[in-house]
Amino acid sequence: MSSPHVLTPGSSVSRIMLTVLAALVPAIAAYVYFFGPAILISLTLASITALAAEAAVLRLRDYPVKHFLFDGSALLTAWLLALSIPPLAPWWLIVVGTAFAVIVAKHLYGGLGNNLFNPAMAGFAVLMISFPSFMTHWPAPLALAQHTVGFGDALRYYFSGGLPGARLDAVTMATPLDTLKTQLSLQHTMDEVKRMPIFGSFGGKGTETVAAMYLLGGLFLLRKRIITWHTPVSFLVALIAVSAFFNSIDASRYATPLFHLFTGGALLGAFFIATDYVTAPVTPRGKLIFGTGVGVLEYLIRVFGGYPDGIAFSVLIMNAAVPLIDAYTQPRVYGHNTGKTP
Amino acid sequence: MLHKFHGGVHPPEHKAESNSLPIGAAPLPRRLVVPLRQHIGAPARPVVEVGDRVLKGQMIGAADGFVSAAVHAPTSGIVSAVDLHAVPHPSGLPDLCITIDADGEERWIERQPLDYLAADRDAVRARLRDFGVVGLGGAVFPTSIKLDPGALRIGTLVLNGAECEPWITSDDRLMRERAAEIVEGVKIMAHLVQPERVLIGIEDNKPEAVTAMRAACSGTNFEVVAVPAQYPGGGEKQLIQVLTGKEVPSGGRPANIGVLCANAGTAYTVHRAVNHGEPVISRIVTVTGNVEKPQNFEVLIGTPLSEMVQLAGGAKAGTSHYIVGGPMMGFDLNNLAVPVAKAVNCVIAASPALFPPKPAAVPCIRCGQCAEVCPASLQPMELFWFSQSRNFDKARAYNLFDCIECGCCSYVCPSHIPLVSYYRFAKSEIAAQEREKKAAEQAKARFEFKQLREEREKAEKAARFAEKAAAAKAAAGEGDDPAAAAKKAAIQAAVERAKAKKAEAAAQAGQCDVTPIAAVETPAESLSPCPLPPTGEGDLESLRDGSLNTTEPP
Repeated sequence: MSSPHVLTPGSSVSRIMLTVLAALVPAIAAYVYFFGPAILISLTLASITALAAEAAVLRLRDYPVKHFLFDGSALLTAWLLALSIPPLAPWWLIVVGTAFAVIVAKHLYGGLGNNLFNPAMAGFAVLMISFPSFMTHWPAPLALAQHTVGFGDALRYYFSGGLPGARLDAVTMATPLDTLKTQLSLQHTMDEVKRMPIFGSFGGKGTETVAAMYLLGGLFLLRKRIITWHTPVSFLVALIAVSAFFNSIDASRYATPLFHLFTGGALLGAFFIATDYVTAPVTPRGKLIFGTGVGVLEYLIRVFGGYPDGIAFSVLIMNAAVPLIDAYTQPRVYGHNTGKTP
Repeated sequence: MLHKFHGGVHPPEHKAESNSLPIGAAPLPRRLVVPLRQHIGAPARPVVEVGDRVLKGQMIGAADGFVSAAVHAPTSGIVSAVDLHAVPHPSGLPDLCITIDADGEERWIERQPLDYLAADRDAVRARLRDFGVVGLGGAVFPTSIKLDPGALRIGTLVLNGAECEPWITSDDRLMRERAAEIVEGVKIMAHLVQPERVLIGIEDNKPEAVTAMRAACSGTNFEVVAVPAQYPGGGEKQLIQVLTGKEVPSGGRPANIGVLCANAGTAYTVHRAVNHGEPVISRIVTVTGNVEKPQNFEVLIGTPLSEMVQLAGGAKAGTSHYIVGGPMMGFDLNNLAVPVAKAVNCVIAASPALFPPKPAAVPCIRCGQCAEVCPASLQPMELFWFSQSRNFDKARAYNLFDCIECGCCSYVCPSHIPLVSYYRFAKSEIAAQEREKKAAEQAKARFEFKQLREEREKAEKAARFAEKAAAAKAAAGEGDDPAAAAKKAAIQAAVERAKAKKAEAAAQAGQCDVTPIAAVETPAESLSPCPLPPTGEGDLESLRDGSLNTTEPP
């Protein structure tokens, strides 16, 4: 055996992944509190699918299944995808998305550590493009829903497609971001739109709390030194800067930075998705460029693009640039360019 | 003001195990095995034969070549063997050693102190070289060469007492107990290089050593600086950066930025060699880990490691193997039948409890922790990628050779990838490629010279022949009328021109004939298994006199 003969005690890939999963728990709790237990069903379905797909591909690739299956990376992909799509959907939606994420986006690109695109976001993109109608039925906050969807109801909906005593429309609605976009296009002013019940004190009702929990989880990851500040800070600063710019031009048509920060996938993206090790740059300057790019694209897509939110596509676009970003942002090495020649 | 170096880690220190007891004396071993290669550069040349009676301190191997140092008999006795013997080296390969059977009398050579202030500086350096003084921080670079910066002006002399590796406390104890003698050694070094200031860097986890050294430095202008304890803060480049804020240029030496860095233990041996006339025949070694009584011992060079482990009460149950050096940069040893060499500062008895087996590696997830801790600001994950895929040009372009192999990246890697092993592999592969390239170039040069010589000889032959013919003609044509002679001469000249042309054509044709042979010859040359010996001035540039071991392409 060669040096060093000691390793950081307890450090492992699975520990990192489990820490990230743990950081998502407060947001999931808030999700259940505001929107009902349906999300737990989609998280479970996604987890089972991810582990099954991972095990199958590992076996096909002749990898030691036990050694890799529980490293937590497949679970994390599953959770991120489940948290990105509407929790009330037919069972196969999340299954198709997760299977694509794990089998195609992760393993066909070489498996753990080798994939170019964020698997969860690739799965999301496939679902968004292939099944757009299912991707817009978000559950209404429980406080606003005409009918409360309990665990049993949600389970029944997942596997039979029917909701007893209610239509899907009665328990779902567009997201605050989507609502804002639609209403503004109908020539309503910002003040009128913001008075609609779906909006909360600064984001969407319920969603703003979930977003705040993502922020909390992200700060936990920063403190645990799982992620560095570069990506989330540059992402959020870029989003704030661009939204502040448009907001200052016409406040009646462009929402405030605070609104953009606490709606959609902004905080989930900033702390959990754009910080994915494998698909993001590794150099500090590269992370700043990457985060800025995702933040700007996120705003442009959600405000001017055809989709209600832009996190998946902005991350995927920037993923494609990562090898280039890394190559051009190499830090100065000790003893180089010191102004002295050896 | 103190500066910072990039990255670094804080492995558990494990210094307390061995630093509370004073340096212990070791009984004289019955037999001592002294390796001839205990330093960077050419091994010493044996100057004794089997059967010779030697005195303690007598030179038994002379410095051979420019980068070399002498070795000495650690005790009086009889040379019983000059042969290959197992040595403490990561390769596990045996090396030429001189075995001395001790007579138990400990009879010294005549010890002559050298008045270094009165002596010529080169004479002082020659003394260091002939007394086997080398850097004891790990790199074992001959001190006489290091203290000869030539035209380079040395502004700062740094004494390295950082001792950043976990478990090791030999410098700590030495500084606590023999501070005054270390300072005497520093005075000699300072006399040789005339620095503007002398800084003594000691990590702040050794407050007793700091106090002792400060006391010993009173009355001098040497400054003892407590530097933050952070591995690899005792690395030459890192300590220089912390103390001066300057970086040693890539591929260069500290002297390039006007700094010289020497280890505290080295300063002690400088003092012993110059002021007492004692060559380097012993050193302080920490024996720690899974042993009954961890402690530092002053042992003779050549003492078997097995006897040292016995000095520390023997290995406890559960000892699986031994580590020579520290846990971050040391190497494994399964066999304790190797002798102490000048570079051996610590022996750790390892057990699965103290050094848990490493988990199997999983793929790199590019978490970037390695880059955060790299003291050279490298991107270890990229170097790993390129080394693994044998993309050596890329590995070089990403500055593989600035890696000091400190092990911080491997230490933090959550994928448990033995990163340093990959870098060593890539470095040695690149070095082998360079050797092949050099050999091929030499073969080509030899072939071209041979061709040139053949052509020249052919031309000379033709010229001689023509001369002879002309002389014969002239002799034959004597008495003829001048007109006929002139005509003959014109014809002769024309014939010669034609001949010269023919010879030229022949030479070119010859070249064509020879080429395929050369094509066969060249790879045969380049595959020569015999590496070029690392001697001579040219190779000095490629050697790093750092206190951390580094490998560089020749």
